[in-house]
Amino acid sequence: MTTDWGLLGPVLVQAIGETLWAVSVTLVLGGLFGFILGTVLYTTRQGNILSNAPVNTVLNVLVNIVRPIPFIVFIAFIQPVTLGLLGTSIGVPAIIVPMTIAASFAFGRIVEQNLVTIDPGVIEAARAMGASPLRIITTILVPEALGPLILGYTFIFVGVVDMSALAGLIGGGGLGNFAILYGYQRFNYPVTIVAVIVIVILVQLGQFLGNALARKALRR
Amino acid sequence: MSAMVQFDSVSKVFEVGKRRVTAVDGISLTIEKGEIYGIIGYSGAGKSTLVRLINGLERATSGRVLVDSEDITALSEARLRRVRGGIGMIFQQFNLLRSRTVAGNVAYPLRIAGWPKARRDARVAELLDFVGLGDRATSYPEQLSGGQKQRVGIARALATEPKLLLADESTSSLDPETTSEVLRLLQRVNRELGITVVVITHEMEVVRSIADRVAVLDSGRVIEHGTVFEVFSRPKTPTARSFVSTVLRDQPTTSDLERLRMSHPGRIVTAEVIDAGRIGSVLSHAMSTYGVRFEIVFGGISALQNRSFGSITLELVGEPDGVDALLADLRKVTTVKEVAA
Repeated sequence: MTTDWGLLGPVLVQAIGETLWAVSVTLVLGGLFGFILGTVLYTTRQGNILSNAPVNTVLNVLVNIVRPIPFIVFIAFIQPVTLGLLGTSIGVPAIIVPMTIAASFAFGRIVEQNLVTIDPGVIEAARAMGASPLRIITTILVPEALGPLILGYTFIFVGVVDMSALAGLIGGGGLGNFAILYGYQRFNYPVTIVAVIVIVILVQLGQFLGNALARKALRR
Repeated sequence: MSAMVQFDSVSKVFEVGKRRVTAVDGISLTIEKGEIYGIIGYSGAGKSTLVRLINGLERATSGRVLVDSEDITALSEARLRRVRGGIGMIFQQFNLLRSRTVAGNVAYPLRIAGWPKARRDARVAELLDFVGLGDRATSYPEQLSGGQKQRVGIARALATEPKLLLADESTSSLDPETTSEVLRLLQRVNRELGITVVVITHEMEVVRSIADRVAVLDSGRVIEHGTVFEVFSRPKTPTARSFVSTVLRDQPTTSDLERLRMSHPGRIVTAEVIDAGRIGSVLSHAMSTYGVRFEIVFGGISALQNRSFGSITLELVGEPDGVDALLADLRKVTTVKEVAA
């Protein structure tokens, strides 16, 4: 069977565009919310700069509830929220809502875990110099954990690309949808291969960029 | 002199689960402006908590802490941050920022204090010269030795021109040679810049070499305090005595005495030596006046705050009356302790 790339080409380009869009928006929003979540999780730990047991416990439980839900179930679970926010629960914009929430919780945990590795003595030194909690977050926590944070963010990027493939399920587009619709369901294996190659290249580029930035931050 | 730090019946209780741990137990203590004050104690004695009460890293449970006459126990966290800017602190593990260069570390407190860049740069250069690291400005902490890291720590602590420097076990992770290098630097900070220094340590040698006055801490209480000379020459508590004995090894221990006994059958006494004692003038007549032979069997004399201090242990051999007469005359010039009859 021959593939009409003249016809499929533009569809592929559009699918790539949709995936990039969903992934980028999710990374920006998920990165932001995840960073905030992780920082709050870390700083509200007992004895830390914003020590607050109730906030810490509630967030911890929330993260532990959300994180184990398989993403495909999570899309359905969060559908009322998506509908409320966007007025629709299908298509690429609609997949961004569950993707952002899932990515925020995943990245939040990673941020927290990386911040924990910072020497508490350094934070104490900053406090002793009169630094405020916000100042400590921006000038101590972020720079001191920057390398691992970038690597963690890169790790999340791969997960987000994975999630984006499920956009097709709810009538969104993207590379996942492309591979299933034009490759798998039409028994056109070369099309599936092409989709896989594009995704692999995308992930490789992201990983390469993340590694390079992390190396720069770690000076090694 | 006026007080730099005043503890007024200060206690600090930590709640660990359901247990209450009293780290600082009703301490009243005054640290004068311009002095180097040593606080010594074993680990768990409460000294790290005590020093953190001075810059409000820990809040007192009860009592008042006055820094330069300001009651800091009553201050809000925001006001307290301003007070902390005027107090330098150095740490056992140096606590330098790995992500910043030496210059960046020293500049950090100046950024917090809002110094403009030009003044900041000039100040950093001046500080690095003061601690002898002018050529390492662009190095990262991991490229430095322990002593160099602590010197960066000191430069950073001095950046905002504090009146008070807190040194928390600042030499405990350094080798002896580097320790004395850092201690000399702390002494210069005190003498040349007039900064009051509070030194927290478990090493009596640190107290001996730089402190003016010392407080001995045990289970959250000050069990002894005074000038270093007073505490070294007249330790009143077993804890203080045991600290003193780590530095001054002039007094024979029980096992030393047992060993001495085997070859020295006469009476064995220990005579204290302070400054120019006149023990020699008595001993020079030992044979002619008292008919007593003496042998120096143990002892040592050290320098302490520019004074001589120590003891010598003597074996005295002769008629009992002669020995008693000699001891009576020795006791007129110094303190003599009979250690083995």
